[in-house]
Amino acid sequence: MVNSSVPGSAGDTQREAARSDDTQRVVVVGGGMVAQRFVEALRSRDTENRYSIEVFAEEPRPPYDRVGLSRWFTEGPEALTLGEPELWDDPLVTLHRDRRVMAVDRERRTVTDRLDKVHHYDHLVLATGSYPFVPPIPGADLPGVFVYRTIDDLAALRGWVEQKREASPNKPVRGAVIGGGLLGLEAAGALKALDAHATVIEFGTHLMGVQIDQGGGEALKRLINNKGIAVRTQTATKELKPHKRTGHVGRMEFADGGRLDTDIVVVATGVRPRDELAREAGLEMGERGGAVVDLACRTSEPDVYAIGEVACIEGRCIGLVAPGYTMAEIVVDRLMGGDATFPGADTATKLKLSGVDVASFGDAHGRADGCVEVVWADQVAGIYKKLVLSDDARTLLGGVFVGDAGPYAMLRPMLGAELPEGDPSAFILPEGGNGAALGGLELPDDAAVCSCNNVSAGQIRAAVTEHGCTDVPGVKACTKAATTCGACLPVVKKLTNTELEKAGIEVSTALCEHFELTRAQLFDAVRVADLHTFSEIIGRFGRAPEGATSPGRGCDICKPVVASILASQGNGHILAGEQATLQDTNDHMLANMQKDGTYSVVPRMPGGEVTPEGLIAVGQVARDFGLYTKITGGQRVDMFGARVEQLPDIWRRLVDAGFESGHAYGKSLRTVKSCVGSTWCRYGVQDSVGMAVELELRYRGLRAPHKLKMGVSGCARECAEAQSKDVGVIATDKGWNLYVAGNGGQRPAHAKLLAEDLTREELLTTIDRFLMYYIRTGDRLQRTAPWMEEVEGGLDGVRQVIIADSLGICADLDAAMADHVANYEDEWKAVLDDPEKLRRFTSFVNAPKESDPNLAYVAERGQHRPATDAERAAAASGAEDAPVLISGPSLEVRS
Amino acid sequence: MTVSEHSESRTVSGGTATLAAASGGGKGVNVIDDLVWHTVCPVDDLMPERGVAALVDGVQVAVFLLAEPFEGARVHAVQNLDPFSGAHVLSRGIVGTRGGVPTVASPIYKQVFSLVTGECLALADKEPKTGLAADLTAYPVDVRDGVVHVGTPA
Ligand SMILES: Cc1cc2nc3c(=O)[nH]c(=O)nc-3n(C[C@H](O)[C@H](O)[C@H](O)COP(=O)(O)OP(=O)(O)OC[C@H]3O[C@@H](n4cnc5c(N)ncnc54)[C@H](O)[C@@H]3O)c2cc1C
Ligand code: SF4
Ligand code: FES
Repeated sequence: MVNSSVPGSAGDTQREAARSDDTQRVVVVGGGMVAQRFVEALRSRDTENRYSIEVFAEEPRPPYDRVGLSRWFTEGPEALTLGEPELWDDPLVTLHRDRRVMAVDRERRTVTDRLDKVHHYDHLVLATGSYPFVPPIPGADLPGVFVYRTIDDLAALRGWVEQKREASPNKPVRGAVIGGGLLGLEAAGALKALDAHATVIEFGTHLMGVQIDQGGGEALKRLINNKGIAVRTQTATKELKPHKRTGHVGRMEFADGGRLDTDIVVVATGVRPRDELAREAGLEMGERGGAVVDLACRTSEPDVYAIGEVACIEGRCIGLVAPGYTMAEIVVDRLMGGDATFPGADTATKLKLSGVDVASFGDAHGRADGCVEVVWADQVAGIYKKLVLSDDARTLLGGVFVGDAGPYAMLRPMLGAELPEGDPSAFILPEGGNGAALGGLELPDDAAVCSCNNVSAGQIRAAVTEHGCTDVPGVKACTKAATTCGACLPVVKKLTNTELEKAGIEVSTALCEHFELTRAQLFDAVRVADLHTFSEIIGRFGRAPEGATSPGRGCDICKPVVASILASQGNGHILAGEQATLQDTNDHMLANMQKDGTYSVVPRMPGGEVTPEGLIAVGQVARDFGLYTKITGGQRVDMFGARVEQLPDIWRRLVDAGFESGHAYGKSLRTVKSCVGSTWCRYGVQDSVGMAVELELRYRGLRAPHKLKMGVSGCARECAEAQSKDVGVIATDKGWNLYVAGNGGQRPAHAKLLAEDLTREELLTTIDRFLMYYIRTGDRLQRTAPWMEEVEGGLDGVRQVIIADSLGICADLDAAMADHVANYEDEWKAVLDDPEKLRRFTSFVNAPKESDPNLAYVAERGQHRPATDAERAAAASGAEDAPVLISGPSLEVRS
Repeated sequence: MTVSEHSESRTVSGGTATLAAASGGGKGVNVIDDLVWHTVCPVDDLMPERGVAALVDGVQVAVFLLAEPFEGARVHAVQNLDPFSGAHVLSRGIVGTRGGVPTVASPIYKQVFSLVTGECLALADKEPKTGLAADLTAYPVDVRDGVVHVGTPA
C-alpha cells in the first residue's frame, strides 16, 4: 500500500495491526451525513475486516446532523452528534478532518489532499454533497451576505447579528432571506430566534413551491406572518447595495422597483452538487451537474461510487438525506458482494420550524393523470390539508399538510397503498374524525415508516416479535427508526405498543397492582383531592387486584412513589406518622444501605466546599466508628460500614460539628458540583462556588421522581462538567447559561441549553419552575433526560410552559418551590430531637446492645471492606492462608 | 404459619415471659406441642407496617406488625436473612400486599416474599446465593398479654 498517510494518533499501531495484507482500502471523499452512514454501515457489515476506510472531510469536525442544523443555535454542537462517536475510534477507520481532497487520479487510483499528500484507493466513494447556490445578483459578495449550510455558516451569521446589535444597541437588527423554500424558512426562523427582524423574499407565487401547492402556500404564509416573519412573494431581487459608511450590505433592490433596508442577507436559493472533483476526473456528468451513477451507485469509472447529494441518480440529484442514506447502504451491500439497487427516492418533507407545521409527501401537486384531491381548509386558523388520490379515490398518491401535520406521520407510510374503505376525507377532518380514522389504520408490513433510515412497519414489528425489544427506546436503538428527523416517532410508538400488546407484554401505564394511575396522574390527583396520608390515597385512588375486594396496603413500588409525592406537597418530616411506613430502607434509615446491610453516611458539603475543621470532624467520626471513607463523584465524603444502631451516634457528632443530612439516600437533590470559579481561577468569569452553594441550599431536601444532580462552572471551560447534570449552570460574561436534562451513568445524556445569559434571579426562577414541572409530571424513577424526551413538545415544550407560561401554571410552580424553601429542615437533626423517630435505629428489639453477628471485614489499603464469600469460607475452614476477618461488632465504638 | 390464639391446654410460665427475660433467647422459653416459644418483646415495641429484627436463640428473625390483621393475626415473623444477598436485612424492607397477601420486599435486590408462608413471590431476575433457598422460613407467632412470642421447632 503506497503513500499511506496516517495521522500520528495513539491508535496507529492498533490500526496497522487491524489491517492485514489483503485488506482493501476504501477512500471516502466528503465527511457529511451520507459519508457517516456509509462508514457506519460498512463497519457493521464487514465483520471479517476486509475493508479499511479513510474519510477526507473538508470541514474541521466529524460528520454532524445537517438536517438538524438550526438546533445548533439553541442546543449547541453536541445536539448535532450523529451515531456513536466510537465509530471514529475503530482501528479500521481514519477520519482526516479539515483535509479537502483536491484531485482524483483514476489511472493511478489515488487522491491528493490539500496538503499535497497522495493516497491510494482500491475503491473510491464520492460523498461531497452540495454547495449553496448563490444567484449572480450584483452585491451578493458584500460583507453581511451569508449562506446556510454548515456550522461555520451559522456561527458567522450569529456573529454578524451580534456585531450589528453591539454597533447600534437601540436599533433592531434587520434581516432578509432570499428564497422561500424549506431552507429559507428555517433561516428566517433562525434570524427571529436571534432576535432580528426577518423578511422572506420569494421569487415564485408562494412559499415552499417545490413541496406544496398554492392553497397550502397561502395558509403557510399566514402561519409564517403569525411568527412575526414578513413575506414578499413574486419578488425578484435585482441588486444588493452596500451601506455608504460601512461598506456592508445595506439595502436590497427589487425588480419591481421596491427596496428594503437590511443589515444581513441570507441567500437560500437552492443547492448545486459539489461535483468539481468528478468533473475534473473526467467522470460522466449529469445535465444539471452531479456524477452520473447507475442504480448500484457506480459512476462511469469502475470502483468509483458517488452517493448522497453529489450523485445524479435516475437523471437527477436529490437534496434530501434519506435517499443518500439508501445509496450509502447500497454501496456497502455491493462491497459485501450483494446486488442491492436504488429503489427510487422518497421525497416526503416536513418543515422544522417550531410552531409551524408543514409537511408534504408524494405527488403533492396532484400531477398524476386523473387523480382526485380532497382538501380541507380553515382560513382563520391557517390550516390546509390535502390528500391526492388515484382516480378511484382509493390509492393514496400524496398529501400536503399546513398548520396541522398530525396526519402526516401516519399517512405518509401509506403512500401508494390502498386506504381502507370509507370516506378518505375522514383522515383530514379536524378533531374526532381525524383521530378516529387515523387510529384505525393498519400499516402493511412493507410500508416505509421511517424514510430517513429506511425502516418499514414490518421491521418495527419484528424488533418486538423477533428481537425482543420491549419499549420504544429499545426499538429505536434496534432499527434506527425515528433517530434522525423524528417525524415518524408517533407511528413508531404506535406500532411498538400495538405489537407489545399483542405479545401480551404489559404496556399499561399503571404504577402497580394497587394504582391504575401513572405517577404524574397520581401526583395531580393527590394535590387536587388535598390528601395527606397513604391510607386516604389508596382508599380513594387505589384499585383492588383481581379477586380481591380491597386494594390492600400498597407495595415497594407505589409506597415510595406516594412518599415522594407527599414529600413534594409539603407534609412534614418523611418519618412523621404513617409516612414512615412508605419509605424504602434508605429513606427510612436516612442512610444508604450497602451490600452487607450496613449503611453509608454522607453529610452535606454544599458546592463541595468544606472547612479544614469540618474535614477534621468528619475524619474523627470516621475513625472513631471504624468507617471506610471515600470521596464521592459529587465532591463530598462518604463513610461506609455504619450499623443501624450506630447511625444516631454518628449523626449526633456530625450535627454538633455543624453538618446536616446530605440526602444521598433520597430520590432528591444530591449535590451541586462546582469548579472553583472566579474567586481563585484565573479564567473564571463568575463565582461558581457561591452559586453552587446557593443552589444546593435552595434545593436541598427537594424530593423528585429520581435523584437530581447539578453542576456549576465558572466559565466556558466547564471544569465542573455541568452539562452532564440534570441542571447545569455555566457562567458567561453576562450572567449564566442554563442547561437541563443531562446525566452520566449507564445511558449518558448531554444536557440541553434551556436559556442563556440569565441574571441570578432569572436563573433561580427558571430552575425552580423546571424542577417543579419535572417533579409534577415525571414518571416513577424517570430522570430528567428521559422525561424531556417524553414530555409534550420536548425542550421547546418545556420552554413554553416554564418561560412563556403557556399553561398558566408558573405562579403555582413558583409557590410550590417557595413552600419547599421556607419549610426545609435538616432531616437528621429532627430525628435526633425526637425519641419516637429514634426508636427504629436498633439492632435487635430484644437485644439492643448486640450487633449483627454476621458482619465480617478484611483489611485493605489501610482501611477495611466487607469480606467476600470465599474469604469467609476460608476463614471458617481455618485454612492457613485464610484472611484475618475483622468482625463487625468487635470494632470498638468510642463515643 | 401464624398462630393467633393459643389453645387452652398451653401452660404459660406465669409472669416469667417478661421483657427483662427476653434477651437473645435462653430465658423466657416455653416448650409446647413440639414448638419452643421465645418471648420477643412487647407488641408496643413494634411499629405498624414496619419490621424489627430479633435474636431468637441466636437466629435472626424479622418480626412485622401489619396495619390490619391478616387471617386474624397482625404480627408475623420470617427469617431476617435475605437469601439473595446473604445480608440480614429483611426486617428493614417495605411491607405491603400482593393480591391481598401481606409481603415484605428485600431492601437490597427487591425480591418480594409472603409474610405468611415465606414464599418468594417475585425473583426480580436473580437467583438466591448458593446454599440458600429462595423461600424464607416463616415462624409461628403468638401474642399473649401484649407480648410477642416466636416459636421455633423443639
Ligand atoms: C438547514 C438545512 C436543513 C435541512 N433539512 C433537511 C430535512 O429536513 N430533510 C432532509 O432530508 N434533508 C434536509 N437537508 C439536506 C440534508 O442535510 C442533505 O441532504 C444531507 O446532508 C446530504 O448529505 P451528503 O453527505 O450528501 O452531503 P453533506 O452533508 O453536505 O456532506 C458533504 C461534505 O463533504 C465535504 N466536501 C465537499 N467536497 C469535499 C472535498 N473535495 N474534500 C473533502 N470534503 C469535501 C463538505 O464540506 C461536506 O462537509 C437540510 C439541509 C440544511 C442545510
Ligand atoms: S470552569 Fe472556568 S472558572 Fe471553573 S475552574 Fe475551569 S477554567 Fe476555572
Ligand atoms: S422519518 Fe426521519 S427519523 Fe424517521
